[in-house]
Amino acid sequence: MSAGAILEVCDVTRWFGGLAANKNVTIEVRRGEILALIGPNGAGKSTLFNLIAGAFPPTSGRILFEGREITGLPATRRCGLGIARTFQVPRSFDSMKVVENVMVGSFVRYPGTRAAREAAWKVLEFAGLADAGEVQTNELTPPEKRRLELARALATEPKLLLLDEVMTGLTPAEAQKGIQIVRKAREAGITIVMVEHVMEVVMPLVDRAVVLHNGEVLAEGHPKDVVRNDSVITAYLGDRHRAAS
Amino acid sequence: MSDATVETKAMRRRSSASKRQRHLVALAGVAAIGAVSPFVVTDVYLQNVLILTLMYGALAQSWNILGGYCGQISLGHALYFGVGAYAATYLFTAFGITPWIGLVVGGVLSAALALVLGYFCFSLKGHYFAIATIVIAEIGLLIVHNAEFLGAAMGIQWPLGPDSWATLQFTRSKVPFIYLALVLFVITWVVCYLIEGSRWGFWWRAIKDDPEAAQSLGVEIFQSKMAAAAVSAFFTAVAGSFYAAYVSYIDPESVMSFRFSLLFALPAVLGGIGTLWGPALGALVLIPITEITRSYLGGSGSGIDLIIYGGLIMFVALAKPEGLMSLFSGSSRRKPQ
Repeated sequence: MSAGAILEVCDVTRWFGGLAANKNVTIEVRRGEILALIGPNGAGKSTLFNLIAGAFPPTSGRILFEGREITGLPATRRCGLGIARTFQVPRSFDSMKVVENVMVGSFVRYPGTRAAREAAWKVLEFAGLADAGEVQTNELTPPEKRRLELARALATEPKLLLLDEVMTGLTPAEAQKGIQIVRKAREAGITIVMVEHVMEVVMPLVDRAVVLHNGEVLAEGHPKDVVRNDSVITAYLGDRHRAAS
Repeated sequence: MSDATVETKAMRRRSSASKRQRHLVALAGVAAIGAVSPFVVTDVYLQNVLILTLMYGALAQSWNILGGYCGQISLGHALYFGVGAYAATYLFTAFGITPWIGLVVGGVLSAALALVLGYFCFSLKGHYFAIATIVIAEIGLLIVHNAEFLGAAMGIQWPLGPDSWATLQFTRSKVPFIYLALVLFVITWVVCYLIEGSRWGFWWRAIKDDPEAAQSLGVEIFQSKMAAAAVSAFFTAVAGSFYAAYVSYIDPESVMSFRFSLLFALPAVLGGIGTLWGPALGALVLIPITEITRSYLGGSGSGIDLIIYGGLIMFVALAKPEGLMSLFSGSSRRKPQ
């Protein structure tokens, strides 16, 4: 176990029926970094993401958070320890206003309603959603819903934030806003793991990228190096392209 | 941060606080109207309608705690109503224990029963949970039907005694029952009000809207459902004890039939589930209709009141799925920026 690691995934395998969605995956997330999980469709990114978030347990292998084993812990407990996630398809509590949605996250740290409300407003300011705080969630625009996802996760005051394609479907301008928020979150001391397809987002934002292919770790390193890696190019584009280039 | 933003933030907070205060003022108004109603409504038949309306308002509010806020649709609350009714009746007739203690015993028994049943049922999702509650309530009905010490199918008659607050026996006047029903309604309303403003209220609504997202935010799903079920069952049973004292005679069909489970859920659905005033509003519309159709369109069993319910529910589902309360909440649609 290395001192700088906040999260360690050790030899994790997850079977779905006859399909190994993750095979012997070992990765380490360093405290304070922004790590991207990339790979072609079906590579096992979402499975790994969900294993870390606690949506389901691995078939074998261990997951450690701050040196503590969390392999079998449900998502609720992991949130208490400081792991927060967003969902690929934005979710919201539609019977509540935006600020109340965020309060559900705040309650993990602030059991009292007044304190939770204060904290939720601060998070909304942080995420640039304060103007929409008193609005019902079904009146939000899709980009605002993405930011609500982020705000709700941030409200749990995580140490590790898991972002599942938060930039997908955003206009370049909106994506820039999203990138600003992620940067600000990192500056606030939060470690970030993101699954992301949009390479324009990944390249400038992240410190390190892990490439998954067929459920296995194919490469890892600085994003610029990773995308030049031969096996990565093959995985994305096939052999023919590599031969041609 | 500029002064302007500080000001708008303060205004926002004030607006949400004043909205909660308005609810309290409304409750005070309802309580005041209820308190003077015996002086205005002197007709015994209408007094009966008033008592039942208040009681079903309280029962629908209790149902609303589990079904409306937490989103666990129970169609078996007649079981808890029956437990309350039988606990108070049995303790009073067999041991002479005052129904005041009986209603607490009934409430606690019901809450405990809800926890046991919840332990097994809360892993069921959606319709399966609702069906399970119906089946369990029917089993409860059959058990009471065959329980000799509870009078089996014959039921239990409360002994006639002098009017007394200790035994909750009032044969000369219905006015004490009006006040008891009013207190019951106010208590369940205040419990809902307190829950709505607390962490539990937020957690329960989050579970109703999206359990997976709630879980990712640290919401304890199972515990939350159990707590909601226990509170809901407790107050349903207390109302059951009240009802038993009011009618002085109970048998299995008259407190535990499926019809009651519907009567607790429908006012909440009609008025707006998961709202503070929805159950009361629904009861105010439904219960007088029930009683009036019953007396003008022939005795029980004709089912005309149920036809009217069905029609109302269909109307609400098509026109105002959020219930009648949505007529009163002004549209919160944002102004163009």
